[in-house]
Amino acid sequence: MGIESQYIQYLISGFTLGSIYALIALALVVTFNITGVFNLAIGEFVTIGALTAVSLREAGCPILFAYILAVMLAGLVGALMERTTIHPARKASVLTLIIITIGVSIALRGAALLIWKTHPYTLPSFVNTASINLLGAVIIPQSLFVLGLAVVAVGFLLVFFDFTFFGKAVRAAMMNRTAAQLVGINPGRLSMFAFTFGSIIAALSGIFITPITAATYDMGFTLGLKGFVAAILGGVTNVTGAIIGGLLLGVIEAFAAGTLSTGLKDAIAMIVMIIVLLTRPTGILGDR
Amino acid sequence: MASRKIWLWLSGAAVIVLFLPLLIKNSFLLGIFIVIGLYSIVSQGLGLLMGYAGQVSFGQAAFYGLGAYTAAILATRYQTPPLLCLLAAPFLPALVALIIGRPILRLREHYLVLATLGIGILVFALFKEFSDLTGGPSGLTGIPYLAIGHLVFDSDRDYFFLVWCVLGLVLLGMANLTRSPVGRVFRAIHSSEKAAEAVGISTASLKLQAFVVSAFLAGIAGALYSFWVTFISPSPFGFTTSVEFALMVVVGGLGTLWGPVLGSGIIVGLDKFLQWAVPEVLPTVGGEFEIIFFGVIFVIIMLFRPKGLLLPEKSIVAVAAKTEDR
Repeated sequence: MGIESQYIQYLISGFTLGSIYALIALALVVTFNITGVFNLAIGEFVTIGALTAVSLREAGCPILFAYILAVMLAGLVGALMERTTIHPARKASVLTLIIITIGVSIALRGAALLIWKTHPYTLPSFVNTASINLLGAVIIPQSLFVLGLAVVAVGFLLVFFDFTFFGKAVRAAMMNRTAAQLVGINPGRLSMFAFTFGSIIAALSGIFITPITAATYDMGFTLGLKGFVAAILGGVTNVTGAIIGGLLLGVIEAFAAGTLSTGLKDAIAMIVMIIVLLTRPTGILGDR
Repeated sequence: MASRKIWLWLSGAAVIVLFLPLLIKNSFLLGIFIVIGLYSIVSQGLGLLMGYAGQVSFGQAAFYGLGAYTAAILATRYQTPPLLCLLAAPFLPALVALIIGRPILRLREHYLVLATLGIGILVFALFKEFSDLTGGPSGLTGIPYLAIGHLVFDSDRDYFFLVWCVLGLVLLGMANLTRSPVGRVFRAIHSSEKAAEAVGISTASLKLQAFVVSAFLAGIAGALYSFWVTFISPSPFGFTTSVEFALMVVVGGLGTLWGPVLGSGIIVGLDKFLQWAVPEVLPTVGGEFEIIFFGVIFVIIMLFRPKGLLLPEKSIVAVAAKTEDR
């Protein structure tokens, strides 16, 4: 494999994992914009989605049905989390809310460990086509599905925010909570929607990535963390920024892992986040 | 100077500490108390940062680990006498805090949480990656016992006394610091940074000082940990530990002297209790899933007692107000 094809390979794997980061960042950004809460438990919903799908499939559920059910369950857990822990503390300090989401994430991870143990699980690829060869680099078809999910999610969000009544209400609440309340939008209900929506996106990304990386009870921790980094890169409140941030982080990581050392992947991600936080806290797209 | 009441409390605590090893012969239990002591030292520092200076750190385990690794590397690779290592170890984390502190502490709320969390994970990754120096994921073995002259701290009982003595000194220092003008300034920053700045307090340098002190104390505890277990690997210095440190401070009560100690006791005790009790009740399921209860308990505490279990003494506030009136 020549050096060019190697670089193309890094780019492809970067975009694949980057799409997942982007999706998680998207979930975080939407939740943050609506509620002002940075949901540090988001990664656990990736796990819930992926592993529930695995279990349902093993129990003999038709595969598509298993996926839909798993996503719905994750959404339900997300809604439940909002109602039981975030809503009662909505007037609390930022620190309190952050600790609450950390507490929820610890509890969910423990529950995942109890249910699924430490074994790695996997799901079949969505299609059984052979890998595609591009200039000497190999593309797994599943990668295209992951990229596709990111595109569809963004498309859905754009349509939702621009063309639906509910979407416009959400945007109004994002811009000015008090004013939105004055015109009859209920931000409390939006908060539940935000958490449900975030959980659904996270669960979908879990199901899409599992055929490539396998799923374990603690997969969500690292993915969630990278999602935060991607969101920070994009400026925390910016949907487009989150997508670009995710893809960028994926590519940076893939190149760092390929050319330096795999162990440094997490370190690189953190260095990127800290540099962005210190130099451009509004993200790569934001104003200074 | 610390008030008479603090002295009373401290001497009471000292008496308990003195007699505890006579009651507890079980070295497992004594080990738990050593861990509580070590974590209390870390959380005292973090308590100064969070409860007084009003800043957050979710990466305190990095400083704890830096102290531990500095002591261990000096002792094993450079054959430095253990006591010297113990004294030198806290300076590296303090130096790191000094360098990163100023830019990092400019950040607020979520951004500060994520930046400190990122530093914790970064340092953790470096412990694993620089295996030539740190031994990588498999760790460093052969750390000698701590020795001061002919006194070798090789039993849990001796170590228990040592750790709690250090904690006693830290508590005394904190009691003095928080009642001094500096302490009042810290509380001023906590109540309103803008107001503090308006009356001419350089909040940035004071926040930095609190950050450096917290890193220094975490470093002391880390070095003490190294010489106690005589083997270190990266795993105790990860994200979970950082979160636990922050929780200790918050659960115990922000802005209180005894809160961090109480928080450390509760969290270490709960952790060990669940590790013991959960397999007793549900013997068939393995793994450390007792963290479920851990998570649930934190959420409950945050929902119903977001300021922690202990509240800052009214009298401190009153005394502070009186002194400032003069």
